[in-house]
Amino acid sequence: MWLYEKRLEYPVKVSKLDPQMAMYLYTQFGGPNGELGAAVRYLSQRYTMPTGRGKGVLTDIGTEELAHWEMIATMIFKLTQGATIAQIKASGYGGHYAIWDSGIFPSDSNGVPFTTAYINTTGDPVADLHEDMAAEQKARVTYENLIKLTDDVDLQDGLKFLRQREVVHFQRFGETLNYVQGYMDSKKVF
Amino acid sequence: MANKNVNPLQEVQELGFALVELNLYLDTHPEDANALAVFNDLTTCYATARSNYEAQYGPLINFGTSGPASSWAWIQEPWPWQV
Repeated sequence: MWLYEKRLEYPVKVSKLDPQMAMYLYTQFGGPNGELGAAVRYLSQRYTMPTGRGKGVLTDIGTEELAHWEMIATMIFKLTQGATIAQIKASGYGGHYAIWDSGIFPSDSNGVPFTTAYINTTGDPVADLHEDMAAEQKARVTYENLIKLTDDVDLQDGLKFLRQREVVHFQRFGETLNYVQGYMDSKKVF
Repeated sequence: MANKNVNPLQEVQELGFALVELNLYLDTHPEDANALAVFNDLTTCYATARSNYEAQYGPLINFGTSGPASSWAWIQEPWPWQV
């Protein structure tokens, strides 16, 4: 069961309209290394994770990823709200606008729609946790790219928070992998 | 605990984030009694911060978790992406 808390996990501020940057940010809204993919991956994998610890970690990190997904949407919203057609055409946002208008649609930074082909759930906790660790590293890299793509210090603050969370999630998944491997070894019967 | 110089939303966000972080840590270190003690202290501070925020701005959590409502403030703007 999910509850929703009517606040952002961490504040999102932008200092100016920037539909071009909003277009780049879509990769973390609906792209291969993004927050929606992470949430769906972890919240799908959790059902077949052995041990309460495994289920807890996948549930809690998956839930936090939804809060991050909300932060990215907020960044896109604030970067595009009230943009004129001239501003939209001058930035790279025109293609998105033509299809989705001012709607915030889960696509990547090139307008490719989100797909669960970006994720896997194998039911094998060793495979799943390795995928999760890789996903967190790819997300970290993507945030580093996005931070370089803007000079808006306010926006960068939110992106730096999100980058740091990827580092912590990677750490937790690594700890969970060690634990699960130990657990599975202890269940072996020779 | 409660800091009267911090705005109510910021206080909820700071305490709430500390609790998210501690929750994840305790998930992989469930035997860490010190961390559990800090978590427990923060839950008390967080409850106070949430009540303080909700008194001014309405409920934070849906489906009854934020308690009874004198009016249906839940749907009022601004929503988080408008703040």
